Amino acid sequence: MSRKELKQLPKHLWHYLRQVTGDDAYERYMAHQNQAHAGEPTLTRQQFFKKRQDEKWSKVTRCC
Amino acid sequence: MPKTVLSKLMWLAIAIVGASAIGGIATHRGESINAIWFVAAAICTYLVAYRFYSAWICAKVLVLDETRATPAERFNNGRDFVPTNRWVTFGHHFAAIAGPGPLIGPTLAMQFGYLPGTLWILAGAVLGGCVQDMVIMFCSTRRDGRSLGQMARDELGPVGGWAAMVGTMLIMLILIAVLGLVIVNAMKHSPWATATVLGTIPVAMLIGIYMRGIRPGRVLEGSLIGISLLLVCVVGGGWVDHSESLRGLFDWSGESVAWFVMIYGFAAATLPVWLLLAPRDYLSTFLKLGVVFLLAISILVLAPDMKMPAVTQFIDGTGPIFKGTLFPFVFITIACGAISGFHSLVSSGTTPKLLPNERDIRMIGYGSMALESFVGIMAVIAACVLDPGVFFAINSPSGVVGKEAAAAVATISSWGFPVTVDQMAMLAKEMGEKTLFARTGGAPSLAVGMATIFASTFGNMLLSMWYHFAIMFEVLFILTTLDAGTRVGRFMLQDILKHAWKPIGNVSSYPMTVLASLIFVAAWGYFLWQGVKDPLGGVNILWPLFGISNQLLAGIALSVATGIIIKMGKARYAWVTGLPLTWLAIVCTSAAVEKVFSPNPAVGFLSGAASMAEKLAAGTLPPDRAAVAPQLIIGQQIDAALALFFAIMLWVVIIDMLRMSLRMRSGKTVLPLSEAKYIRTQLDPNMVTSSH
Repeated sequence: MSRKELKQLPKHLWHYLRQVTGDDAYERYMAHQNQAHAGEPTLTRQQFFKKRQDEKWSKVTRCC
Repeated sequence: MPKTVLSKLMWLAIAIVGASAIGGIATHRGESINAIWFVAAAICTYLVAYRFYSAWICAKVLVLDETRATPAERFNNGRDFVPTNRWVTFGHHFAAIAGPGPLIGPTLAMQFGYLPGTLWILAGAVLGGCVQDMVIMFCSTRRDGRSLGQMARDELGPVGGWAAMVGTMLIMLILIAVLGLVIVNAMKHSPWATATVLGTIPVAMLIGIYMRGIRPGRVLEGSLIGISLLLVCVVGGGWVDHSESLRGLFDWSGESVAWFVMIYGFAAATLPVWLLLAPRDYLSTFLKLGVVFLLAISILVLAPDMKMPAVTQFIDGTGPIFKGTLFPFVFITIACGAISGFHSLVSSGTTPKLLPNERDIRMIGYGSMALESFVGIMAVIAACVLDPGVFFAINSPSGVVGKEAAAAVATISSWGFPVTVDQMAMLAKEMGEKTLFARTGGAPSLAVGMATIFASTFGNMLLSMWYHFAIMFEVLFILTTLDAGTRVGRFMLQDILKHAWKPIGNVSSYPMTVLASLIFVAAWGYFLWQGVKDPLGGVNILWPLFGISNQLLAGIALSVATGIIIKMGKARYAWVTGLPLTWLAIVCTSAAVEKVFSPNPAVGFLSGAASMAEKLAAGTLPPDRAAVAPQLIIGQQIDAALALFFAIMLWVVIIDMLRMSLRMRSGKTVLPLSEAKYIRTQLDPNMVTSSH
């Protein structure tokens, strides 16, 4: 691992943590909207979060 | 030296270390054996199987195509279909499949000694469980991320589809009942545990309100606050336990805890998810991954000795924790950790919607299951570091060893596992409990094992804190499965019942939600209640039933997978899923037949019911048992019907798959492969390695 990569490691880990917990999900959604559906109405942070949660918990997401 | 030679030598070394470790474990006969042997055997087995077997399956059988767009890319909506970094997807998938099963099953199976369970966890995972998860994930990814039930219908026909739908709902029912029973046995007459668990509910709601209203979607902040509050709950529980006036309020009987579990399940299924279910899931997922990680580190640092013999006399079927011979019951008791049908529900439908590239199916499907299997090995270690006498004293129901401490230690010592009343009293005191006798279900003994390991690694103090932390972790973990299961089970029930009565299928109608939730909670509550009332602890009946149902679901998944492999023109490789399927069919059928028809009343449901009816009529039952006998007799008959139904359903699906394969072979028409059309991926191949 080069020095530059090593320096970036904490940043990468932080990004990973945010992504794996869904902490940055709304920012990702907005990025996707701006790129793929520019100009169309978007959900607010609150609406997005609620919708995503309802979708997640109406199917099997946890095992035994 | 050229790189390829070096790599070959390295893999040879890994294979040799693994084989020696397994050989060492299998032939070792002495006072104790170090846990590092198990860790080495497991890691080398997973590495070799992953490097060679999974790579071979992906290249030759599935023929993964990294140029093909996944459903996540094709239906990307930024919400549930989102191409996601492979390591993030791995994290999500692992968190979804790793539940309490691989901790509890192996603990119970240790009554046979460490050897049978360990070998089955390793072999079952690399040849069965990992293969199932990976192949099903592949099939679903090629089919727009469809669920197992839909794939069964599309590929095998309506019979397979119907069996998958009903099978999934029934397994959910039994699973929730048995996990509820584990909670009851961990919390009853333990004011500390009860107060802690009750405290976690307002904590979850608080975090729910925080993440919904105050700081929407700030998952990390919310979880961090929540985890700190959970630790406060553990300490607060201890404080309640030491307060003379308060502890009585939280000293609940088994029946009261069972009612609490049912009311909780109903509430979690009918309240909005953001208030209770979702925030508690965040907290328990963090806790789960943290504890698993901590346990792995502790085992490596501490390298504890395991005191359980390799094989005990209970392989003859007379074990105190559950009755039944080594074959087939070790393969039924350990489902999760070796092969778990439930995983096929996450591998289809959920994970393919995140998968960035087909080639990641190998790491995420096969790799996650190997990691879960490792969790099973850690549960084996945690159970075996206890003195066998202590292990059996905690896990044996009072109906088997006697209600009085003196009688229980005499019985257990007579088996050749010495233990004394003083030793148990001392242990209970250290753990902050009144007694640890007959705390069946696996959770308390696992918590004692984990507390011992944690306390030895991180300073030999605060055993009681570690114990109650472990109990809270297990209960929280189980409640997650319980409330998510009740909610999904309610949807499934509505989906099935709407064929009989259309209005109940309306999932957005609140009265119908309440009605369907009530029916579903009552259904699992019935089995839970039966387990609580059973003097033999209930685990003896419910856990095998759960194992059979979970293996049934695995059988359905493997049948669908085998059918698809044959239809893809790869019939010569059909053994990849066909062999684990055959093994499960043998295990499942033998276990179901024994559980239903065995003449031994401790094993067979029917003879158990008959013998109890006889004793009741003759008046030889003590009054407390006579009072619950009529309930238990009907209960055992229902259990028998259910076990038989599971076995029949498994064969219906297998025969359906074979019928389709034979038709294909003789050139007749079969349902066409429902694979989606090839679309080339447009994604930047670097997205899977960078964290953006």
